[in-house]
Parts: sequence; C-alpha cells; structure tokens
Amino acid sequence: MKNKSLVSINDFTKDDYLRILELAKEFEKDPNQNLLDGKVVASLFFEPSTRTKLSFDTAINRLGGRIIGFSDASSSSTSKGESLKDTIMTVANYADLIVMRHPLEGSARLASEVSQVPIINAGDGANQHPTQTLLDLYSIQKTQGTLENLNIFLVGDLKYGRTVHSLLIAMSEFNATFNFVSPPELRIPDEYKQFLDNKGLKYYEHTDFEGIMHNADIVYMTRVQRERFSDPMEYEKVKNVYVLKRDMLEGTKDNMKILHPLPRVNEISEDVDTSDQAYYFPQALNGVYARQAIIASILGLK
Amino acid sequence: MKNEKKQLLVSALENGTVIDHIPAKSLFKVISILGLDHVDNQMTLGGNLNSQRYGKKAIIKISEKFFEQDDINKIALVAPEAKLNVIRHYEVVEKKEVQVPAEIAGIAKCVNPKCITNHQNVTTKFAVIPKDEISLKCHYCEKITDQEHLELL
Repeated sequence: MKNKSLVSINDFTKDDYLRILELAKEFEKDPNQNLLDGKVVASLFFEPSTRTKLSFDTAINRLGGRIIGFSDASSSSTSKGESLKDTIMTVANYADLIVMRHPLEGSARLASEVSQVPIINAGDGANQHPTQTLLDLYSIQKTQGTLENLNIFLVGDLKYGRTVHSLLIAMSEFNATFNFVSPPELRIPDEYKQFLDNKGLKYYEHTDFEGIMHNADIVYMTRVQRERFSDPMEYEKVKNVYVLKRDMLEGTKDNMKILHPLPRVNEISEDVDTSDQAYYFPQALNGVYARQAIIASILGLK
Repeated sequence: MKNEKKQLLVSALENGTVIDHIPAKSLFKVISILGLDHVDNQMTLGGNLNSQRYGKKAIIKISEKFFEQDDINKIALVAPEAKLNVIRHYEVVEKKEVQVPAEIAGIAKCVNPKCITNHQNVTTKFAVIPKDEISLKCHYCEKITDQEHLELL
C-alpha cells in the first residue's frame, strides 16, 4: 500500500482493509506516536467539512506531523481560477502527503494522477469518502468482535448516501446480510442490489422502520434531507418516519450498536444517546485511529 | 436502369475504405468520432439506406483513407456492428470489424454534471461495460453513462 493513494473504497482489497483495521487497533492502544516527525501533510479542503478536517488534523497531530493547507476554497488560489491540477502539482512539491476534500466528483482521482505524493480522498462530492468507510468497518469490528456474517440495517437516505454505498461494498466482502430501510423515493439503487445478487448475498427492503430490528447487529442511521425530494409533500410525509427512538430499542440484541456518520439532525432522538447501544460518538473517535492507520500505512511508516 | 441506380448510391472506390452497416442514426456520430469532418479526402455518404438487418443503415466511402484498429474501435459506442472494407485497386483486400475496447478516452462526455471532467480541462476516460447496449463507467466520478445519455465530445 506504500505510496498508493486512497481515492475510492474500490482501490483497496479485503486484505488491505484488514491491515488498516489491525493498525488502527495499535493506534487506539497508543495514539501518540511520533511517526510523522519531520513530515508535512497538506490538508486541502476545497469545501468546508469541519468534522472531517478536525479528525484528520487530530490524527496528523497525534502522529507528530505538521499541517499546511486551507479549510475552504475561498481562502485558496482556486478562487482566482486556478485549476485543481495546478493546485495539486504545486502543493505536491511542498508536502509528503495530501489530504483533500472537494465538491466535484472524481476530483481526488484526477489529483492522484497528477501528484507525485499520495492523495487521501476526504470526500469528493457524492462519490467517495473511503476513510469514513474504514472507520465504520473499524467500529463494527470493534463492537462485534468480527466483521463476518453480520446483519446490517441501513436506514434513511439509501439513494444518495455515499457512506451507505461504500459500506455496502466493503461489508459485502464479509458475508453480511443487509436490511434496507428507506422511504420509497430514497431506495437503494438497483445497481447495488445487482451487486449483492452477483455476490449471492441476502438483502431485504423495508419502508416501515418499527418492529423490524430484533435480529440487527448494526443499525446504521443516515439523514433524510429535504433537498433530496422532488415533491416537498413526500418529505413532509416521511420526515418523522425514519427516526430512531428509545422505545424502538426494546427487544433488540444486546450486541446491537447504532452507528451514524454524523452530523445528526433529528433522525436519532437524543434520549437514545444514553443507551449502551448508541455508538456514534465513539465511532467518531475511531475515525482518528483509522485515519492514523491509513496515513501511516500509505507513507510506509508501519 | 437498375445499374444506374446502384452507381448513384455506391460509386466505385479505387483506394480507400468503405464503412458499412452503420445504424442510420449514427452516421454523423461516426463521421465526428473518426474526424472525417476535418479531412480533405473524397467521400461519399449514404444515409437511411434500406438494410435487411437494420431497417435503415448508413454507409461511408472514403478515398485514400485507411484506419488503424484503435481508430475503428472508437466507433464501437455508436456502431458496434459496422464492417470496414479496405479497397485497393478496386478490390476488397481486407475486411475489418469493430472490437469493443475495454477503455475509451476523450470521445464521450460524462453524464454526471458534478463530475470533475465537466468542470475542468480533463480528458474523459471510461471503462466500457459491454452489454447489449454499451454503457460507460467514468474513471473519475465512477458514475455510469448509458446509451440513452451518451453525448459525444
């Protein structure tokens, strides 16, 4: 994996995932390691994403690296009309690694083709956000003790949610069963169902959310956003349907954990937060370890 | 009378290439992909000709022009069943078929409005997904452009 960019979850194999998760476990035990001493990491956020940026910044700081960059495009030369290619070719001169977030899809792939240093994609539009997927995998493995043979519930916006799509691709390597819970307008796209059919994996689709989670190992919640609906009436009808409430946890398995890529709006009631099954805040912390593992692995430091 | 008609449609070519079995609606796309709208060679185009196989087909006859296999494969998107006859001294000396390439670059436009290739100066690149109707998976944004949304550059 050394010097290999991480652009898409499809770039890594099952062995690559497992190696990263193994490393993440090491960083969780011992987060402050001076592996990036003397290294400079460029953090280029062409669109703001405070949460992801803070997580990467923390990972880099805990590894003892230095950070250059910007947190939104208006403070970069992009606002003067510089092309992405030129920005990347310039910054690649200065840094040992580039972490980038960009609103356009495919931007990270393009960057990886023009850069002499590896690129980590921290999100390219609605396309890919592979470090999120790896932290999700780490959270699942950590809470379940395994990634194999789990029953995964994916809830909310399954049509546009890139985290959901990438997680599905990754978990398909581990014989998962999937339950898709969404309003009809935001159903999982056919191409993913075909993908699961080809792999011979089981999946079930639901439009009702109550009373179906008794055999769930992981419930992965996502936000149903108003702007995804062509008909505002449809949104009004479903906006409160895909909300996880405390009483819905009754009768679920003890090992079941609730994940969410955050930020949450109203799709998980706040009274769920104190449940032992709520795992979304520890999940965010796992993101730091997963990103430390990815950086160390790509730079060949581990 | 019959002969005269035939001559009008398909005048004899001394040296060059005949591209036959082009779906009628794809004639101008083939011309554009092969860049025939920018050459000085003599050319005869036949459009909406009756064909037993397609209903309507098109044909291009171009003088003193010979194509490499790579060039021919570029028209796989719009005329996968086209046949090329290479003519020398009025004789067909070689027949070539279109082979669907695994990858194409710089011919088609990605359907995704948020794809980087639609905003910056980047040559498009696609993996070709061979099915009944070819579709393209963008190398950059990973979205699929199907035949219905196919737009050539």
